[in-house]
Amino acid sequence: MKMFSKGKTIIYLMFAILLLIAMGGVLNANAAPKQKNIILATTTSTQDSGLLDALIPIFEKETGYFVKTIAVGSGQAMKMGQKGEADVMLVHSPEAEIKFIEEGYGINRRLVMHNDFIIVGPPEDAAKIKAVKSASEGLKLIAQANALFISRGDNSGTHAKEKKLWKKANVNPVGEKWYQETGLGMGQTLNVAAEKKGYTLADRGTYLATKKNLGMDILMEGDADLLNVYHVIEVNSKKWPKANAQGAMSFADFMVSKKVQEMIKVFGVDKYGLPLFFPDAGKKVADLGK
Amino acid sequence: MELILQGIIKAFELIFSFDPEVLGITLLSLKVSVTATLISLFIGVAIGTTVALNNFYGKRLVISLINTGMGLPPVVVGLFVTIMIWRSGPFGFLEILYTPYAMIIAQAIIATPIVMGISLAAIQNLPPNLRLQILSLGASRLQMVWVLIKESRLPLLAAVMAGFGGVISEVGASIMVGGNIKGYSRVLTTATVMETGKGNFDIAIALGIILLIISFLINLILTQIQQRQHPR
Amino acid sequence: MTSENILDVNNLVVRRGKAIILNIPEFYIQAERSLALIGPNGTGKSTLLLTLAGLLPFSSGQLFFEGNPVCDRASLSHLRRNAAVVFQEPLLLNETVHQNVALGLKFRHVNSHEIKKRVEEALDYFGVTHLAVRSAKTLSGGEAKRVSLARAFALKPRLILLDEAFTSLDPPSKEAIIDDLRHILDETKITAILALHDREETLRLAQNVAVMQNGRIVQFGATAQVFNRPNDEFVANFVGTESILEGLVQNSAGGLMGIVVGGKLIEAAGSFPSGQKVYCCLRPEHITISLACPGKTSARNIFEAKIKKIIRQAFFYKVLLDCGFPLVAYITVPSCDDLGICEEATVTASFKATSVHVIRRE
Repeated sequence: MKMFSKGKTIIYLMFAILLLIAMGGVLNANAAPKQKNIILATTTSTQDSGLLDALIPIFEKETGYFVKTIAVGSGQAMKMGQKGEADVMLVHSPEAEIKFIEEGYGINRRLVMHNDFIIVGPPEDAAKIKAVKSASEGLKLIAQANALFISRGDNSGTHAKEKKLWKKANVNPVGEKWYQETGLGMGQTLNVAAEKKGYTLADRGTYLATKKNLGMDILMEGDADLLNVYHVIEVNSKKWPKANAQGAMSFADFMVSKKVQEMIKVFGVDKYGLPLFFPDAGKKVADLGK
Repeated sequence: MELILQGIIKAFELIFSFDPEVLGITLLSLKVSVTATLISLFIGVAIGTTVALNNFYGKRLVISLINTGMGLPPVVVGLFVTIMIWRSGPFGFLEILYTPYAMIIAQAIIATPIVMGISLAAIQNLPPNLRLQILSLGASRLQMVWVLIKESRLPLLAAVMAGFGGVISEVGASIMVGGNIKGYSRVLTTATVMETGKGNFDIAIALGIILLIISFLINLILTQIQQRQHPR
Repeated sequence: MTSENILDVNNLVVRRGKAIILNIPEFYIQAERSLALIGPNGTGKSTLLLTLAGLLPFSSGQLFFEGNPVCDRASLSHLRRNAAVVFQEPLLLNETVHQNVALGLKFRHVNSHEIKKRVEEALDYFGVTHLAVRSAKTLSGGEAKRVSLARAFALKPRLILLDEAFTSLDPPSKEAIIDDLRHILDETKITAILALHDREETLRLAQNVAVMQNGRIVQFGATAQVFNRPNDEFVANFVGTESILEGLVQNSAGGLMGIVVGGKLIEAAGSFPSGQKVYCCLRPEHITISLACPGKTSARNIFEAKIKKIIRQAFFYKVLLDCGFPLVAYITVPSCDDLGICEEATVTASFKATSVHVIRRE
């Protein structure tokens, strides 16, 4: 004789499902209807700058779309687009992006804005990189001085830029004692560098946003190599029919629209005295300068 | 040290000004984790009790699996749920990736084995003849199970608190399946990670403090229920 | 199989896995009487008890409740609803005493007014009314046992089954509860089946007794009868005849045997042939000790005996005698004092021929 009835389990399960549905009713009030969702893959540094927090509500109000901003490392953002898990991407890794378009994963790669990278470090500047003009030369000096350098080490746009500079300087820092990879986002990596009194490569926007806590100075800026260029790419719906092509285009159009470009131009000025980004829609990459 | 002080001050600021964003994040944290805990309560107690009260081939193996499940790494759960529900996954058609739904599911998966394992042990710990005694008094199977569950009130509530504690503090799976979307799937833990990453330590600490307060209040209520004694 | 019997058993077999743990060809419980199941631990008393209560399934055979076969869910429920079980542990819930006693009634959806009445009645029967609002976890062993009994009686069952119900109690509590229980059974005329392993409890509470060995009933009948007339050595050992003596029948005539035991001749009632090897069973209560040879007495067995040892029991003395064969006698404390006997003293032990229970020895 079984001492327990299956009926009890079934009742419990039903209860749980009912509850889930009930809660869903509450939560669903927030969600937009199905095809109104756009998954935007972007980078943590872009998200952390706060630009999207300012622009996206405007976009949503105007169009009725619901934008799910997923901020991850550049590498992961590209991968998401490649797998069709995102509809549109706002990224800043030019080589990877070009490959992405060539392989047919994305369409309509359009220039949106740029900001620049800077090399920051302890005000004492033991490696004396302030003296040189080009970023890669500065890195060479750091290597020669065995000065502590903190890298993001996460295949982000920043990390990709950093690797390019090391290559130009003919130095392979990986495995060296003075070269440490955090695997963290930009803000956290800056904190680590500040804590350990090391050098690091950062985008100006994140640096400005976190400057007050760091105690680090801008030691190198302005080199053409340090430009950080943002493009918006729509995921190719021919490859991924489930992607929201309409929404992606709508968002991309929005980012390059005149109104938004104006907003990008003044973003950050009231808070930091300087803009965080420079709008570039319609321009050619080669023409970009500070 | 002053950073922590700053954090505490910020926490009070955020709480007493009823900052809408913080309020929203807190409410969502509660909604998601409470729902997940309730689901885990029903499923966990039901299955834990069933396994405890029945003898079947492979019972030891099942109990080992449940006990292993109690220590499931949340991040691994998040990863598997993500793979299941993203567009190319078997449940992609549900379109629940990057929604609070997905967070509830992931958290429920994390909490259920905990509740299951503890209720299993609690029921097994009852005197073996109690079952027969209750049946002999005329209880139906359902009535008997209900009485046994009530008798195990103490450890079962501990199980609920363990499950709840595990999920309200969880961050890895929540970020992965929720996406930490502002105003939509951002909860206290994911917001704390984000603010730390941005370098906003005061806000991060404040959010952490709010999380601790919420957690304490909920556990206070549950403890009251658990420790309720009859008058002498 | 008569309808005066509340339960009848026919070829009942209970298995655990492949092994047969209970095998009862024929058995019955008389209504309004008390039956004790006795036997060593592990012999199947609890199994039989739970099967009779309808709580354990049986592999083959038939069980009849009030003449009707128990063979389907409905009849099983009917049996269960009319049988109340009390276990060795009180098994009370973490609630008040009142709530505990009301439990069975709540399961049967009795209305709250009736519940209150019956609970108060049951508490009163067992003298625990003053404990009604106490938490059950705070009770002493004896109090808890009374509450669990009250819980069973509140159901007003036709049949009450007690599984080693007094084993874990201290002697004073046990005494008191056994007294009360006997009273209540007499008054309410509820049929009782008790699994026991204490002879005294059996004598006090049960009109009938069934002795079990290895899942079978080896002797069954009225308590006094079984105790005084055990069928074999096992039963004899179990019902506790203190002296079991090996002997050889020397002569036998007119219902009286002369049995040689330890070089002496014991006269016993019975008619086994001479030359038969036998056991003589003598209950210690049947041995009388005197200082001098008693005058004309109906006791046919009078022996000189040396007192080997005097052991104080709870309410009497256990006296170990050597008459040429060992003998155990119980005598009261006053008697012992009056006679002034002590160890190594020489006395006369006497007992009747009819007190000697003779069992064949193989």
